[in-house]
Amino acid sequence: MAEKVLVKGNEAIAEAAIQAGCRYFFGYPITPQTEISAYMAKRMPKIGGVFLQAESEVSAANMVYGAAGAGARVMTSSSSPGISLKAEAISYMAGADLPCVVINVVRAGPGLGGIQPAQSDYFQATKGHGHGDYRLIVLAPSSVQEIVDMTAEAFDLADIYRTPVMILADGMLGQMMEPVVFEKKESKRVIPEKTWATTGTEMKREHNVINSLYIEPNTLEKLVLERYERYKRIEETECKYEAYKTEDAEFILTGYGSVARICKNAVDALREQGIKAGLIRPITLWPFPSDAYINETKNAKAILTVEMSMGQMVEDVKLSVNGKVPVHFFGRTGGNIPYPNEVIEAVKKIIGGDK
Amino acid sequence: MSQIYIITGHYGSGKTEFSVNFALSLKEKHDNVMLVDLDIVNPYFRSHDAKEMLEQAGITVMAPHYAGTNVDIPVLPPEIMRIFEEKDACIVLDVGGDDDGAIALGRYKQYFDKVNYEMYLVVNTRRPLTSTPEEIIEMKENIEIASRLTVTGFISDTNLADETTEEIIMEGVSVTDEVSSATSLPVVYVCTQPGMTLSGVPSEKQFPITRHLLKI
Repeated sequence: MAEKVLVKGNEAIAEAAIQAGCRYFFGYPITPQTEISAYMAKRMPKIGGVFLQAESEVSAANMVYGAAGAGARVMTSSSSPGISLKAEAISYMAGADLPCVVINVVRAGPGLGGIQPAQSDYFQATKGHGHGDYRLIVLAPSSVQEIVDMTAEAFDLADIYRTPVMILADGMLGQMMEPVVFEKKESKRVIPEKTWATTGTEMKREHNVINSLYIEPNTLEKLVLERYERYKRIEETECKYEAYKTEDAEFILTGYGSVARICKNAVDALREQGIKAGLIRPITLWPFPSDAYINETKNAKAILTVEMSMGQMVEDVKLSVNGKVPVHFFGRTGGNIPYPNEVIEAVKKIIGGDK
Repeated sequence: MSQIYIITGHYGSGKTEFSVNFALSLKEKHDNVMLVDLDIVNPYFRSHDAKEMLEQAGITVMAPHYAGTNVDIPVLPPEIMRIFEEKDACIVLDVGGDDDGAIALGRYKQYFDKVNYEMYLVVNTRRPLTSTPEEIIEMKENIEIASRLTVTGFISDTNLADETTEEIIMEGVSVTDEVSSATSLPVVYVCTQPGMTLSGVPSEKQFPITRHLLKI
């Protein structure tokens, strides 16, 4: 399928996962991600895979634990409230070093919230979900094509680092249709063999055990420390961001996912009006590309973080900048999408205020 | 007697844009044109979104009460029964995607049996799951089973949004032509872009689509 096709973000996730070798999908429907499940339900039986609609998100996520433990490429997807329900299993999978891909097509919260797009699960994705000392790799696509490429990458990262990987999209990206190419790109990465998986010993090796329960403190501490060594390697090698017109920029906009598209339009419009604007778009949210906020802000007088939330990523931006440049915030919430002109006005307010 | 046009197809095939444009074109020749938003599947993009523009054009729009409110419950408007009482109206039904969306039609079968209806299947061959004749025929049959109605023609709507070219449209036409001969059903319209003329398609079959729904 090397020709361009018109697909929804949600379908793109599903098809890209299948092409990455995912043959197990356990889910539970919720707007605005349901097309992922619907697509999997249609496609999986035709290719010898398994689509299963569980009785709840909790079950679905624990089925992922099982399939991952058996060494399969496995995925689940949900939207915000459903991810909260899956959080327990995500923590267990992190604690058992199980690779899997979890999709969150974010909608407005808290609680049941609404069904329109939001980015208010940033804290949850990058700092939280379940309990315990652990991290997740969090990827933030901003176009349907990037969803395709990133989904394949997510499975590789999960297998290499033996960790759940989350793709943090939003209702807008999930529902939006764009022409894309599903191109089979040969992964340059070396995917380690899953010698730890519970695939049956055939009486030839010791039992493999998938577990997150370690009663003895020193044993658990040693495991967590080893895991954090792995996290350190991820931070050193997997950080990704896009810099757009930042070189001479005096004003830096920053946002991820679909908001970055809006910011890009705002940057171009501001430049037409003689304001030297640029954009930093984090592509990995964890590890957070902190260096970008030093390297790409050499001429910057101010930074504006734009989010579809009340201001979550802005905290990481402030930590990265460490007081060197003032950091401002503009956000819409509740399921509202900021318009480029709102972003432009927010920029002008800050510039005007500086005079 | 009224004429009912039921617009079905794979979700994302362009049903709603076609329905909106089709209702507007019917309005040029008929007094009483109605557009019914019967989508029980997707709360996001739907013909209700074009309600104001359609009403200004003199078209009656019927939609579920929750449409446009983001309340995600598949309930159909009771006043939909009105379409079977209308005299001399042209009524366009914009149905939800796939067989899941077509289920909404099934409960009206006894009424459809007594009126004139055409049921069109909108096809975009650049969509996954409806790119080959076999897949399109499977989609048609699944929709017929779910709706308990019969597809009477195809709308060839192959497009890549802003990247649509004449070649892409004609590539879709060759697939829908194949489906047409396999099923002995006509391709009623070939959707084009405004200002575009296709050399290989009779002009009365060419149907330019102007995008009316929100684009981000």
